[in-house]
Amino acid sequence: MGNPTFAFMDEDAKKEIRRSLLKAVALPGYIVPFASREMPVARGWGTGGLQITLSIILEHDVLKVIDQGCDGSVNAVNIRDFITSVTNVEETLKTSDSTIIQTRHRVPENRLQEGQVLVFQVPYPEVLTTVEPDTANQKQMHANSDYSKLWVLLYEDTAQYGDSRISNRYPVQVNEHYVMDPSPIPKYDIPRLNNCPALLLFGAGREKRIYAIPPYTRVKPLKFDDRQFKVENFPGIVCERCGASHVFFDEVRREDTSHFFCSDTEFCDQNLENGDAS
Amino acid sequence: MLLEVRDVSKIYGTSCGQCLELTGVEQDRAICPRCGSVVAINSISLFAQKNEILGIVGESGSGKSTLLQLIYQDQVASSGQIFFNKLTDENGQPLNILKAPPATVSRLRSREMSMIYQNPQLGLNFLFSAGGNIAEKIIGAGERRYEQIRNRGLDFVDRIEMETSRIDDYPEEFSGGQQQRIQIAKALSSSPQLLLLDEPTTGLDVSVQARILDLIKELQQEMGFSMIIVSHDLGVINHLTDITVVMKHGTLVEYGLTDQILEDPQHPYTQLLVSSIL
Repeated sequence: MGNPTFAFMDEDAKKEIRRSLLKAVALPGYIVPFASREMPVARGWGTGGLQITLSIILEHDVLKVIDQGCDGSVNAVNIRDFITSVTNVEETLKTSDSTIIQTRHRVPENRLQEGQVLVFQVPYPEVLTTVEPDTANQKQMHANSDYSKLWVLLYEDTAQYGDSRISNRYPVQVNEHYVMDPSPIPKYDIPRLNNCPALLLFGAGREKRIYAIPPYTRVKPLKFDDRQFKVENFPGIVCERCGASHVFFDEVRREDTSHFFCSDTEFCDQNLENGDAS
Repeated sequence: MLLEVRDVSKIYGTSCGQCLELTGVEQDRAICPRCGSVVAINSISLFAQKNEILGIVGESGSGKSTLLQLIYQDQVASSGQIFFNKLTDENGQPLNILKAPPATVSRLRSREMSMIYQNPQLGLNFLFSAGGNIAEKIIGAGERRYEQIRNRGLDFVDRIEMETSRIDDYPEEFSGGQQQRIQIAKALSSSPQLLLLDEPTTGLDVSVQARILDLIKELQQEMGFSMIIVSHDLGVINHLTDITVVMKHGTLVEYGLTDQILEDPQHPYTQLLVSSIL
């Protein structure tokens, strides 16, 4: 490549994605199609998130990339290396220092701030696929805000198992209209999407879809009025590395015993540095 | 007045503009000789009062089911107006529900009207349990409390004389007659004002037929809703209805009190129908 464009994609491609992003932000939770481009990584490896990041990133941005909360996993490192190599932006591991965070399947433990953008990599954008395979019907249902079929799924789980069996990708209603798939984040992260000061963008490269939650938007998990939304909890468990409790843990099984570590590695490092086991 | 159908027509195919005049019972055809369009419903007007039971009879292909589907808006009418229960538009004028906004139609279909299909495959979702199917209708009517939904479901399973322990079984685990009962429970669980029945007992054996008809009649007296029942079986019509409409080639042949029509049919076609069946 002789003289590559800033942020890899050509300006027309970025413009098209930005237009889809604007529409997505204007209609919180609404799924907007976009022309997903070929990326130097295969579809299904975060190309949706990558294209959003590349189309919004500017020279002064500070970038953080995580995969399941970890800054050091191969996928996160490769995506971060790629983006910095085509933009020369500053990279960071610190949530508080970053302006753009691209993430797979987690929301960072540290509370996000105004001005930050969290870009989610999404495998399955359409929340209704499990109950309604027909796309035309799905659109009609979204337009009428008719989610009774999702509620029936919830009813059946409650009737047969006492509570919903959904462990991740828990459906959420955004701004009291559209119900959307929040990408495979754990239930622990769902309440943290509500009224979040940061802009939340969702990109599905393989499915060619974009959607968004603007800052300070109401996000509510689908739950019966007389039932409580329960997140994962880890009673009595502390991180073996930093001693933190009441966070989301990774469970590592070694010789038949389980070891627990903070899923957010930067949060864990920060605890070690400060020497506080909160 | 609960329902008023005014001059409604349904033409399949591109109409030449004269289809309605060139077809009907007088012309003894439903296919337009000029353009070949099929006129399923030809300028039909009728109304139903509160708590009234209206029967529609006629040979196969006479447009009985199509008329029901036009009222329930499973199909789009070609012309005409339908008014429902003092529903008005923003100017206070009676609202033609054929031209109503999708949200109103969706509300009508989930709260005010219910349809029972001849084939349970159409009326039930076989991916949901019996209770789930009933729940779908209750949820569609706006209920969001699990205990209410569950108790109402159990109540209706009991009302259709089925063991409440079977509420979590799936439709395919029930017999045809039982599936029809579940459809009835589902349709009535939202306490609709109008119940549409499309050949509800056709294909069931005679003893089951009688029990289902008795059940429908009992529930109608208990809950107080109006019904429009389509059947080619004059026995069913005689057993259930107050008013009868006779259809042929998409037109209304005779319209009056059921007793009168069965005892003293005026139109030659009705005379033929009554003499051949009773």
